[in-house]
Amino acid sequence: MEIVNPCYSVLSNYEVMESLKTLKDTKKKYGLRNLATITYETLQYLEDSPCKQETRESIHAFLTEVKNLSCKLTTTECLMMVNDPPTSALHIQLLIEDSEERLSEEQVNEILQIVAKHFPNTPSENT
Amino acid sequence: MFVLAELKDTIRIAPDQFHLKLVEAIRDEINRKLANKVLLNLGLCIALKDIVSLKDSIILPGDGASHTEVLFRYIVFRPTIGSILTGKIRSCSREGVHVTLGFFDDILIPPSALQHPSRFEEAEQAWVWEYPLEDGAKHDLFMDIGEPIKFRVSREIFEESSPIGPPKTDAQQASTSAAASAAVASSQQTEVKTPYRIVAAINESGLGVLSWWDQQNQGAEEGDENEDEDNIEYENDEDGEGAYEE
Repeated sequence: MEIVNPCYSVLSNYEVMESLKTLKDTKKKYGLRNLATITYETLQYLEDSPCKQETRESIHAFLTEVKNLSCKLTTTECLMMVNDPPTSALHIQLLIEDSEERLSEEQVNEILQIVAKHFPNTPSENT
Repeated sequence: MFVLAELKDTIRIAPDQFHLKLVEAIRDEINRKLANKVLLNLGLCIALKDIVSLKDSIILPGDGASHTEVLFRYIVFRPTIGSILTGKIRSCSREGVHVTLGFFDDILIPPSALQHPSRFEEAEQAWVWEYPLEDGAKHDLFMDIGEPIKFRVSREIFEESSPIGPPKTDAQQASTSAAASAAVASSQQTEVKTPYRIVAAINESGLGVLSWWDQQNQGAEEGDENEDEDNIEYENDEDGEGAYEE
């Protein structure tokens, strides 16, 4: 076994959920017990998380809009916001490093609005 | 929290798999080998995403199986350091709070990374955050088993762990790879090693059991936002209120 590239790309929780679902549907019934366990457990976790409500389109629209913000956010930060859509200013503070310095209060509110617009089903304080 | 890792391996397809399509057989074989396993310095392998390329299959003398070099991408659980995850409390002990994600259990929040000040309640076997109240008293916030908890990944620890080799002396009888690992195992004796551990922290506002911030968050937020307004209002009201009291 040779590791060519330990991080070829990052995946959002939604993408993982999608591929695991396809895998689960096409899964053969013999042998692969480890695979069955891990897909089941991971799906359980993911279906309990905010990404259950997301769609390919909503993520795409969200990212385009976040990219258009006046503030520069890193890809990792965008990914974290997709995986765990922030619902409060405090939540944004956690996800974004030095948010007090980098983001103005308006920008924080703007992000919250974008989240509310594209991921409306996120429970007010996520599960 | 999930990444796609590009890996290369030579996959052996035994003759009894020859009735399957090569790609199918290889997918199964890769998943059989990697799913739910930790690869050193890579993370917890979840499932095969796609196969990038296949080289020609070869047959080795004395073996009926075919060997194919495969380049493939695998979904791997490896949260970046500093990212925020949500899990459930698995148990509490003197070492700290153990958290599980369902598919991954080896997450520990050491006592030093809990909200300050915290104490361990022996009777309840639970950590308690002694949330200070304004009047000097404190409000005990318990960290009960099963509660959802938000934490920040602060460190990852990979450890070379070996498969359980044959018991003690008969390492020589085992196959070559097992023999090597058995040697390591015997030096470690019965100590169980976890190949991949995550050390987490919750000593920031907004982290910890979700219900802590459910109420407080709204309160604090409103407090923050309205603080200025409130002050002004108070200033305005003060005269009135004062007058009323008098």
